[in-house]
Amino acid sequence: MKQKLIVIGSGMVGARFIERLLDEAPEQFDIRVFNKEPNGGYNRIMLSPVLAGEKVLPDIMTHDHDWFEKRDIHLHSSTTIVAVDKINKTVTTDLGANYSYDKLVIATGSSPFILPVPGKDLPGVVAFRDIRDVELMINSSLQNKKAVVIGGGLLGLEAANGLLKRGMDVTVVHRGDVLMNMQMDAISGSLLQESLTKQGMRFAMNAETVEIVGEDQVEAVKMADGRVLKTDLVVMAVGIRPNATIGEKIGLDVNRGILVNDQLQTSEQNIYALGECVEHRGMLYGLVAPLYEQAQVLAEHLAGSESVYQGSFISTKLKVTGISLFSAGDFNDSEESESLVFKDLQQNIYRKIVLKDNRIQGVVMFGDVTGSNWIFDNLVAQNDMTAYRDTLIFGDGFAPSTEQKNKQKERVA
Amino acid sequence: MTQQNQTVLTTCPYCGVGCGMQVSVPSKSAPADALADYQVQLIGDKQHPANLGRLCVKGSSAGETVNFEGRMLAPQINGQEVDWSTALNEVASRFQKVIAEHGPQSVAFYVSGQLLTEDYYVANKLIKGFLGSANIDTNSRLCMASAVVGYKRAFGADSVPCSYEDLEQAELITLVGSNAAWAHPIVYQRIAAAKKANPNMKVVVVDPRKTATCDIADLHLPLKPGTDAVLFNGLLAYLANNQAVDQSFIEQHTEGFGEALAIARQLQGDLSSVAAQCDLQQEELAQFYQWVMRTEKMVTLYSQGVNQSSSGVDKSNAIINCHLATATLGKPGCGPFSITGQPNAMGGREVGGLANQLAAHMDFSKPENIDRVARFWQAQNMAQSEGLKAVDMFKAVADGRIKAIWIMNTNPVVSMPDADAVRRALQLCDTVVVSDCMQHTDTTDVGDILLPALTWGETTGSVTNSDRTISIQRQFMQGPKNARADWWMICEVAKRMGYQQAFDYANTAQIFNEHAQLSAFENGMAEDEQLRDFNLSALIDMSESEYRALKPIQWPVIERDAHNKPIGSKRLFSDAQFFTANRKAQFIAIKPQAPLSVVSDSFPFVLNTGRIRDQWHTMTRTAKTARLMAHRDQPYLSMHPDDAERLGCEQGGLVKASNDLGKFIGRVDISDGQRKGEVFAPMHWTAQYASDARVDALVAANVDALSGQPESKHAVVKIEPFVSRWQALIFSRTELDMQGLKKALLKKQQLSNQKLSTQTTDFYWVKVKGRGFYRYELSCDQALAYQLADWQSILTTEQQSDCSWLEYEDNSQQQSRLACVQNGAVEQLIFVCAQQPTTGSNQLFAGINRDWLAGLFELSDLSDSERRCLLAGKQSGAKDVGKIVCSCFGVGINTIVEAIQSEKLLSAEDIGAALKAGTNCGSCLPELKEILTQAVELVD
Repeated sequence: MKQKLIVIGSGMVGARFIERLLDEAPEQFDIRVFNKEPNGGYNRIMLSPVLAGEKVLPDIMTHDHDWFEKRDIHLHSSTTIVAVDKINKTVTTDLGANYSYDKLVIATGSSPFILPVPGKDLPGVVAFRDIRDVELMINSSLQNKKAVVIGGGLLGLEAANGLLKRGMDVTVVHRGDVLMNMQMDAISGSLLQESLTKQGMRFAMNAETVEIVGEDQVEAVKMADGRVLKTDLVVMAVGIRPNATIGEKIGLDVNRGILVNDQLQTSEQNIYALGECVEHRGMLYGLVAPLYEQAQVLAEHLAGSESVYQGSFISTKLKVTGISLFSAGDFNDSEESESLVFKDLQQNIYRKIVLKDNRIQGVVMFGDVTGSNWIFDNLVAQNDMTAYRDTLIFGDGFAPSTEQKNKQKERVA
Repeated sequence: MTQQNQTVLTTCPYCGVGCGMQVSVPSKSAPADALADYQVQLIGDKQHPANLGRLCVKGSSAGETVNFEGRMLAPQINGQEVDWSTALNEVASRFQKVIAEHGPQSVAFYVSGQLLTEDYYVANKLIKGFLGSANIDTNSRLCMASAVVGYKRAFGADSVPCSYEDLEQAELITLVGSNAAWAHPIVYQRIAAAKKANPNMKVVVVDPRKTATCDIADLHLPLKPGTDAVLFNGLLAYLANNQAVDQSFIEQHTEGFGEALAIARQLQGDLSSVAAQCDLQQEELAQFYQWVMRTEKMVTLYSQGVNQSSSGVDKSNAIINCHLATATLGKPGCGPFSITGQPNAMGGREVGGLANQLAAHMDFSKPENIDRVARFWQAQNMAQSEGLKAVDMFKAVADGRIKAIWIMNTNPVVSMPDADAVRRALQLCDTVVVSDCMQHTDTTDVGDILLPALTWGETTGSVTNSDRTISIQRQFMQGPKNARADWWMICEVAKRMGYQQAFDYANTAQIFNEHAQLSAFENGMAEDEQLRDFNLSALIDMSESEYRALKPIQWPVIERDAHNKPIGSKRLFSDAQFFTANRKAQFIAIKPQAPLSVVSDSFPFVLNTGRIRDQWHTMTRTAKTARLMAHRDQPYLSMHPDDAERLGCEQGGLVKASNDLGKFIGRVDISDGQRKGEVFAPMHWTAQYASDARVDALVAANVDALSGQPESKHAVVKIEPFVSRWQALIFSRTELDMQGLKKALLKKQQLSNQKLSTQTTDFYWVKVKGRGFYRYELSCDQALAYQLADWQSILTTEQQSDCSWLEYEDNSQQQSRLACVQNGAVEQLIFVCAQQPTTGSNQLFAGINRDWLAGLFELSDLSDSERRCLLAGKQSGAKDVGKIVCSCFGVGINTIVEAIQSEKLLSAEDIGAALKAGTNCGSCLPELKEILTQAVELVD
């Protein structure tokens, strides 16, 4: 008899998990999925190109109703789980229905963080999280001229870029003086700002939003230093918060996210969690690559294999046409670290690698990301790069310098 | 536009072999202005008797050196450009004033074996006949002065008895102190070919070093430096002891055999003693002596290894003694054959361009010679005695006896022994006139008045090679518009000094005619006139066109054939009649002398100097072409492997040789061709091309008492590995001011409060010409602190103000690299590395692909990947993956299309399985599907 598996959330990670599980253990589970969004699964990462008008919704659909149906998976769209009975191992939906499980997987993702400022609930204030947000922004762009994006991080810049492409006059309001300050250092951040400025984006740097002004509709954004930006649309992109409420409700251990071990198991034996809603070894992940790793590990674990998730190195790219950047690991100099820096400022190129004991600690690149994946692989593997050091910053394809030296010696001999 | 090529026959500008060339130039090839890339095509002249169509690498590349890059383009006084008239007036008045105040001995000309015979002739005529001084000497003093005196002592005249043909007819060729393979490549090739054609021919090389010439040697005698006379004295004794001498020839045609043999027997009569004195294996020595004894036809070819010695004259006579004893001269395949270094060393000897010669092979030893020349020239102020030879001449400049000197087409600041002293002497001298074709040489840099000379290919005149063949160097292009022929400048100065009539020539044909007339003037015609060897009587009164069309001909030229064509002389002394008073050749009793500089605890190494294959003299011409820099691109010091190991010198690292006179820094060349305790350095590098590679600065000014030739083959030095703390490699499209750069870097260092004394700091640099760029290698024994911005400000010139800089820094390894790119083309590349003290290792930049970087200077627009790899110093072997489609895994469109086609992929899932593309975020799946459709269409 098949075990009953319930998955809460069929976002990118939930759907990927199910896919992996069907691969690992095709006949083992009877799967039931609850999703609060009406659609099936779509590629959330691709919302930026949709907003920018480079792609349309059908392009980014990954798991529609048919997909679930073909695999005999019960999909409950637009349905929220309101309660879990750990003892009897059942869940209760917002419609009052109960379903029992042997294993429960929570993949509730995260929610955009909304700044707690006056006016945050005014019409015209939107986050950048799902299809509905994108549709709202697109509609707004058809009627209005001015937009303010609060947050100069990855998501904020992608939103700003999309609105810019939609013909809006966009200003990004950023608290710090370096854009994408989690992923860029000062030099690459300023190159990024320069490139985006050239594309028409405006910036209000070192600006803390204190109020969103308007009566029935957003009219302006007010900043702590007194600056006021008139606008018709405000996009909040200041970060995300794990959707861990259900964990708290059930009584799972929760810190910033639902706490999981290396098997993605929560404090409750038969309940698992993965994705943006979890906290693993103190880390929250908001990018897809590590979350897919979690999906793989959990699928293998439930299929009965021994599998361990030990955390991920993450790398960042920005989906803005014409801008290449790459960032991974810790690229800030410290006393024990050494750095390699390459600049071709006329071409807006900047690359920096930070080494410790000749192992890559971090990398940041702007303008030219050639070889970044090779460098990232070596960062993840913590390979000793001594032999490559002379050419490391320039990427792969260079024979190790020691090999060259040997050749040289042979030639001389 | 069609351009017909015009063919001109001429003679090579380089060594004393004197090869004929056929130059092909566009008929309208008059580059009135400097054209940096102007080149002409040339091949060997099959009809020329010296080379019969062959050319060496230097000669073959001569067409690449005719551009005006670096040429002197205007007369200058104290650095200010002036017109010709002003410059010539200044030279004339300064010389007149000095003579008026201090007498004729206070002026001097230092001339050159690069001058054409006609230039040489008027220079000699002016100073000896009209200024009243014989203070004219030539750089040939450094090259073959000892050979001249050797011939004169033996034959009564400076007569080279041989012809190149003798090399093919000989059965034994002994090369003494000659690396012909590198210094006289065509002579070497003729010997190699002859040996191949006649397997019985034996080749012996006598040289402390195992040189490239030894490749064809049946026997190499690596004798102790300076013991050549011992070897040949020993040979003379051996031949006599074995009854292998020609008694009847000795009795009828020579004098002095008994004394010569007696001293040879006394000092070198015993084979084992000779072997010990020369530090040779007795068996090898015996082998050589036996071959000589059994051979009827032998040529001994000798060069600088014999001549550049404090007893070079004795060495030549020790050689000539053996030929006289065996009567092996004046016959096919025989003779003592001195081979000269310069294209016209022989022409200089003919006109009297040496201070101890007068003119036309006459000297000051007889008053009637002086009288004869004076009458012929109608000289107003004839010199009455020998002048100062080169070393003494510059000593006289140093101590103020000579107050005005005119240096013509030579570079004594590099080539003279104790070269730093020569530089100091010229710096202090009031009037140093330098005529040269190049603006910057180590000598023009200390000149007060500079006169721009025409050079090879731009003028017409004659040269004489080592086997007495007179050939014409012909004009085939226009020189820079303000440059002039040397004879013209000399005559113009002479006219301004009041000697209009004696120096009124319209062209070189007229000068040559006068030269030929002097050679025949009172030359053995009357009963009481002594016969002179040098005689061009059959070349007198040629028309200008006959002169220009003159075919190569060996002097003496006394007769004409039935068609009235002049007949040359293949070899001398076929009649065993010599030019001494009693027509007998003279044996000279030789007491071998050791070199004057002696090794000591302080200076334990013997330093030998010489030529390399692809450079010529002080590199002013040969360093202009990348082709000739490829063979040996940096100054070096060859040393025995055991010495290198003991000193801790590694191959390619830097090494310093020094003594009380100067220092030399070059790359280590470990060679088992060196004897232990002896090192070798090339003599070519100048201050224009390297910081500390003027090797003659280390050579003491010891000379042969008879010939005045310096002992350039034997200096003593100490050797230390160069401890490098900082190195840089620079490629630059434009030439850089290394002195300025060095100053700026050291000054920066001093400003940063580092203890640094420029007196004791060794800062090595070398400049290497490449195609379209210069390469510099720098090394300092102090760690230099600097910022990338410092380099940028030091190197940025006005024309580069709109350039962009690429920077790379590895701070903890103290590695910095910079590239300057302008309009898409690379302008400069700088690789710098500070380091822990190492022994000048060259391995630091070993990973840099110099050839690849060099190739980038030929591109007007760098590709993205080339630009990216500039500072990697080599090309990435990574395939061009094309535009990135899958960012997660960095998969490019080229990779995807290739995989679709080669692995027959049909779906996005297939691609994912093969390349991982699209398997992470999936953003690229739509693109993958599109690429699939297109790629499949392409395949279909």
